[in-house]
Order: sequence, then structure tokens, then C-alpha cells
Amino acid sequence: MAKVMVVTSGKGGVGKTTTTAALGAALAQMGQKVAVVDFDVGLRNLDLVMGAERRVVFDFINVVQGIANLSQAIIRDKRLENLWLLPASQTRDKDALTDEGVAKILAEMRTKFDWIICDSPAGIERGATLAMRYADEAIVVTNPEVSSVRDSDRIIGMLDSKTAKAAQGEQVKKHLLVTRFDTARAARGEMLTIEDVLDILATPLLGIIPESQDVLRASNVGSPVTLNDATSAPARAYIDAARRLMGEDVPVMVPVARKGLMDRLLGRRAA
Amino acid sequence: MDGVVRPKPKAVRMRGRSYVAFVFCPVVPIIEWLEEIDATLNQSPGFFVGKPVVLDLSAVDLSQNAILQLVANFEQRHIRILGFEGVDAARLSATMPPLLTAGRHFVIPQSGPKKPEATKPKLKPASLLLDNQVRSGQSIVFPEGDVTVVGSVSSGAEIVAGGSIHIYGTLRGRAMAGIDGNPMARIYCQKIEAELLAIDGYYRTAEQIDAAFRDRPTQVWLEGDIVQITPLN
Repeated sequence: MAKVMVVTSGKGGVGKTTTTAALGAALAQMGQKVAVVDFDVGLRNLDLVMGAERRVVFDFINVVQGIANLSQAIIRDKRLENLWLLPASQTRDKDALTDEGVAKILAEMRTKFDWIICDSPAGIERGATLAMRYADEAIVVTNPEVSSVRDSDRIIGMLDSKTAKAAQGEQVKKHLLVTRFDTARAARGEMLTIEDVLDILATPLLGIIPESQDVLRASNVGSPVTLNDATSAPARAYIDAARRLMGEDVPVMVPVARKGLMDRLLGRRAA
Repeated sequence: MDGVVRPKPKAVRMRGRSYVAFVFCPVVPIIEWLEEIDATLNQSPGFFVGKPVVLDLSAVDLSQNAILQLVANFEQRHIRILGFEGVDAARLSATMPPLLTAGRHFVIPQSGPKKPEATKPKLKPASLLLDNQVRSGQSIVFPEGDVTVVGSVSSGAEIVAGGSIHIYGTLRGRAMAGIDGNPMARIYCQKIEAELLAIDGYYRTAEQIDAAFRDRPTQVWLEGDIVQITPLN
């Protein structure tokens, strides 16, 4: 059964695109057939993070308008043969997306993939509402700070009211993913704690991704963080989250700053 | 935090208010229908004088002139038309009474002449129960009575109630109770981190809420024109 999953947050810059790419790659490595879809029409990024920007010919909007068919627009990943990318158009804007067009493409993709992961644009306007409209499940990406948490709260409210599932009286299954969790700042009490975030959002926790230079390093070379260095802290956290999505029982650990004597002496931060 | 700050009364206070109007539903032929009205007026002359009357034109198809004529017919009988329902706005000229929307049925308690329109008595619930958390950006407006939330009210959400507000969770958003002029309304919550509290137009912002009340069950009520916050038990 194909699952349509939207990765959303309300606020920008919290890690939606990183999460889409990392979870897509992790699920593909587990043998799932995965498509990642960029809904950020006009400000596309997912192709860069996936390292596919030089192979884009047709895009989502071309398929909506019938200029190309899905198989022409979708790009197979060079590293994983069951990972695919449907890029957004960079030359258009969100108004080019139509409800019917999105419904038609997602219905077609459901017949071909196990997972369709939709990278939502920031905001609560047309692009974001269309990205979540036909989702079965949602990953709400949140940073442990108040503005991000409040925006996520708004998005959860919209998932409960503005989706096709909500219109049928069902619920979109929601997962909370806390990203950019800075262990050092958490130790100093400068961030909201995981308990605070869970208390406010009242949504099941899918995982905690630690803040790390590895994330930036991976997107600079155009590789999902789970493929670039599978042993890095964020990669391991994403792989655990993917296993939880597959139904495995993996306990969530709150990352703690491990500081050795040398780190203390040099004042270095452990990530 | 400064504990002695007193909330200042606002300069302008606005309130929504609803009124009951008679609704007439003309049917063709209009002449015969007007005769029925006359029969009612004969039983108790002046019953409609000074009362707001709305014309529901959904059962008839009248031109602008015919509507003008109908209004004139009522004026001859000393009945003034407050507005119209069930007609295309294009049919009404600027000098005519306005088009009304979102009307609700109401049973007029009366003895005397029979009502021109038969409405069934419908009991309106005086309280609203919400089983879920109220999320940021959501606005719950219930001027009819009390609102009960089984869950928290998020920052950026608001509850507006004609009566009291009961929150079995943390209040992080805005709560406005007694908005239709009910100073007896109160706000109750399990934990108070509110952005704004208001009762009958008097309010207190987050800055004016003593941090000592956080993390405990709290009651908010109005004493004169001061919003008081006291812990429960």
C-alpha cells in the first residue's frame, strides 16, 4: 500500500528538505521504493540536496499541464536504484499548482511507489496546503524554539482541518520530528526541552535530529545526509526515524553532549 | 514582574448584538397574501408598528419595480421593512432596505395574532464542548454561552465565549469570556500561560499576569472593572 507522506513545518529553514532527502534515502536503503516530490514551486531545493540538479529536464508543473508525462519528469537517483525525485519548477510560482493536478499526479504515483514523500514549502498558503491535501501521514519538523513550535502547532491544526482525509472525517497520522537539537545549548538550558515541545504540540515523537555540521556538509556535496556519512550522528538519528516509520520499535534517545577531557580543555563542542 | 500593574479600562468598547425581527414570506398571488396580512392587522391593529420586519422573497420572483411596490404597500399599512432575504442583491436599488444574510430562526414568544411564519421551537445548546487541543491560529467563537476545552489552548489560538470558559489543560492563547456584556463570566484553566485574558471587555495582557500563578489551576473573574486572578484551591 503506497503511503503519501508530507514533510511540513510552517516555518522555513527548520530542515524540511534535509529531512525529505534523508528519510527518502534511508527508506530506499531498506528496500522500499521511494519517490521524493518537491512542492516548493519557484524556490526548489530538493534537487540540489539530492544531487540531481544537472539532470532536471521536465518538472512537476510540466506534468500537471500535460507537457510531459510522469516517467519523463521523474529522475532516478544515481546511488540508490529505488529512490526517485520529482523536481519542482523553478521558473513558475505556487499558483501554477492546481488541486486537480496534484490529485492526479499523486494518484498515479501511488500505483508505482511504496512511499511518496512530499517536501512542503514553508508558510500556510497554497503551496503548503496543496502539499498536505492528499497526504496519509505527516512529519511535522520542529526546532526546539518557540517560534518554530508555534508555527508547527498552526500546521497541525491545518492538517486536522484542511486535508482530504479531514474532509472525509478521518485523521492524517502525524509524527513530530525535532531537528537541529543542539546538545550543548540544551545542556545550558538555552533551548526548549523535548518535554516542553511535546507538552505544547501533543504529537507522537518520531525522532530527534542533533544539530551537526554533517548536515551542511552533505547538502553541499548534493547527498542526503544518510548516504553521505551513515555513521554521523544526524544520519543515525534519521535512519532510526525511518525504521520507526517502517513500524520497528526503536526507542527515542535524547542526544546528550558527550564531552571528553580533551574537549573540555579545548572548549570544543561535541555534536 | 511588576505585581501592582492595574489594567486600564479601554477607551472604546464595542459589542455585537442580535435582534429579533418578524420575517414575512410573500407568496403569489401577492394581492391575496396582502389581504391575509390585513386580516391579521384587523385583529390587532398596530401590532407590527415600530417592529423590525424582514421580507423573505425566496418564494416569489419579483422585479425591482414590484419590490418597490411591495415596500410601498407595507408603508401604507405603517409597517417599515428592515431588509430583505432570499433575493439577488442586483434586484435591490441603493435606496431600498439592505439584503440580510445569516439569519437564524427564533421563536417569538407572543400571545395574540398568529405568526405569519410558523417556526418550530429549537433548543439551542448553551455550552460548547471541544474534545481536542485548540491549535495556534484557530479561533473558537461561541457567543451563546460557555466553552469547555478538554485539552490545551495553544499560543496564537483564541476562545471567545458569551459565558464562561473552562480549559482542562494549559491556557497559552487568548481567552475572552462574557463578551456580550456578562460581567459574571469567569475563566478557569489547569495552567495559566495566557497571552490575554478578558471578561466583559476588561482585559489583562500576559505582562500583567503574575508569574506566580503559572503551573497551577487558576480562576479569572471580574471584580468591578478589575480582572482578578486567583489560584483554585
